Amino acid sequence: MKYSQTFIAAALATAVSSAAFADGHAVKVVGVSIPAATHGWAGGMNFHAKETVERLEEVYPGLDFVLATASDPGKQVNDIEDMVATRNIDALVVLPFESDPLTPPVQAVADSGAWVTVVDRGLSVAGIEDLYVAGDNKGFGTVSGEYMVSKMPDGGDIVVFRGIPTTIDNERVDSFTAAIEGSGINVLAMEHGNWNRDDSFTVMQDFLSKYPSIDAVWASDDDMAIGVLAAIEAAGRDEIQFVLGGAGMKEMIKRTADGDAMIPANVTYPPSMIATAIELTAVGLTSNAPVSGSFVIGSVLVTQENAMDFYYPDSPF
Amino acid sequence: MTDTTPDQTRGPRMPSMSVLGPIIALVVLVIIGAMLNSNFLSAANITNVLARSAFIGIIAVGMTFVITAGGLDLSVGSMAAFIAGLMILVMNAALPSMGIGIPIILLGMVTAIVAGMLAGLLNGFLITTLGIEAFIVTLGSMGIYRSLVTWLADGGTLSLDFGLRTFYRPVYFEGILGVSWPIIVFAVVVIIGEIIMSRSVYGRHCAATGSNEHVAHYSNVNVRRTRLISYAALGILVGIATIMYVPRLGSASASTGVLWELEAIAAVIIGGTVLKGGFGRVWGTVIGVLILSLIGNILNLTDFVSPYLNGAIQGVIIILAVILQRERKAAS
Repeated sequence: MKYSQTFIAAALATAVSSAAFADGHAVKVVGVSIPAATHGWAGGMNFHAKETVERLEEVYPGLDFVLATASDPGKQVNDIEDMVATRNIDALVVLPFESDPLTPPVQAVADSGAWVTVVDRGLSVAGIEDLYVAGDNKGFGTVSGEYMVSKMPDGGDIVVFRGIPTTIDNERVDSFTAAIEGSGINVLAMEHGNWNRDDSFTVMQDFLSKYPSIDAVWASDDDMAIGVLAAIEAAGRDEIQFVLGGAGMKEMIKRTADGDAMIPANVTYPPSMIATAIELTAVGLTSNAPVSGSFVIGSVLVTQENAMDFYYPDSPF
Repeated sequence: MTDTTPDQTRGPRMPSMSVLGPIIALVVLVIIGAMLNSNFLSAANITNVLARSAFIGIIAVGMTFVITAGGLDLSVGSMAAFIAGLMILVMNAALPSMGIGIPIILLGMVTAIVAGMLAGLLNGFLITTLGIEAFIVTLGSMGIYRSLVTWLADGGTLSLDFGLRTFYRPVYFEGILGVSWPIIVFAVVVIIGEIIMSRSVYGRHCAATGSNEHVAHYSNVNVRRTRLISYAALGILVGIATIMYVPRLGSASASTGVLWELEAIAAVIIGGTVLKGGFGRVWGTVIGVLILSLIGNILNLTDFVSPYLNGAIQGVIIILAVILQRERKAAS
């Protein structure tokens, strides 16, 4: 009994003194919670998150960062709860794995008075976050569609690859369809390649069997473009003029920069948007500059002329 | 049931539905495909379907032995991804010293087969010697290999050097007399597997082990060794499948080989092998693999059914296959 009391007293004393220490130096803690690197784009996002955290810890001595990667929504909820309980975070930067399961825990963080920055995938309830940083999926589809129209002024037959069935994919494809409407471009078929090389390889093989002539492909993603290109190469079909991918994978950006006629362009959906979010959060915590609101990062058309501006050789994506 | 006279089983009669079922399903699929699209029976499409079935097919032949011996392996998909990643790393690392040529390809192939065998032996060791449930062991190793390949690739994609890939590419896309290598290797694996399963002592030991472990043990069957060999052989076959897979796209990532284990297990079950073990049929597994890939192919070639329903159609066929098996058991 006596021992345990002493222990509790000691523990309390330590807790109080460390809290006092933290307050004395006014170190603010920023929690960063992101999905683990389970595919190429997420790998790039992880890379930029780590790089930004390392850089900002140097730049702002008054800020401390906690970075957690989660392989599923449940783990991400636990990560956020742990950050609140053990690190008493002053701000949270979160890229939700899924909107619905992450909404209540993020709301709890916001209710506790901490700053909340939500990245890319919005929460199910509006108005929780102080800052929303996101890519532009509609713009992604529109820019891709407009490029196809400009590249094929006389129209032509194309096939379209879709991603994993999600809102993101629907928004992209709907804007793409709207952008090519009335241009004479005819969509022969749309199929889900699930943002996966192997799936899109298989689907493209079957498209090549099904259609004797295809003028161009909107692969809508660079991983899918790689599968599509391999299938075209294997079938030896030379009537296909070009394949338009997207998201700006470094290998594909390089090929565009080198003037590869099959990959004349790319449309960005930068995984480095996590860096924008962390950076803006840090600015908000350390200065008087207002950063609340929403920050939409436009999808930009990359061609041979500007490709090297989007080439990050060190990133895994 | 009592009406079934002995001479009926002795004399020539129609094979049971469990034998005919998968064959009929395959024939029906081929007819539907041919009716819906004239390119379905073209040489190019048949080559595509057979070549893409080869990965799952080669693995499923090994899975037939594991399941027949009363085991299960959930790790094969992640194992394939991990071996593919390892193979690419080894070949890229050896490139400066070895240059592009046959030796470096052989090095990659040896790496894949040795890694597959070791991975299979590890699964087998944990299951047989330590006596841990196969489901648990391979569920664990499934997670381990999937994480390892993600880690090796730093969350991105491991890509084979471009020059090497160009040199290695014919292993998937070319072959002898218009039959591509994956199809040839798949056929060889199936023939050897069928002979071992139906004609060899080892095949009978697998069936005995899966049927009743204790009876097999008292009948002088080395149950442990039989199971260990089945896992090691499956590992080697995963390595061989990977050798065929890597030249196709020259890359491996965390999304390589996702759900291959379930497709392989489904193919084995559709083919008439009993999930509880005790009876296996390699040729049936081949039909199972072809049925599963034809469903995907036909759905892509037609606008008949939404591709969202691919999984649902596969699911119906798997369940039908098991119902047919149950009828056979009830009849016997």
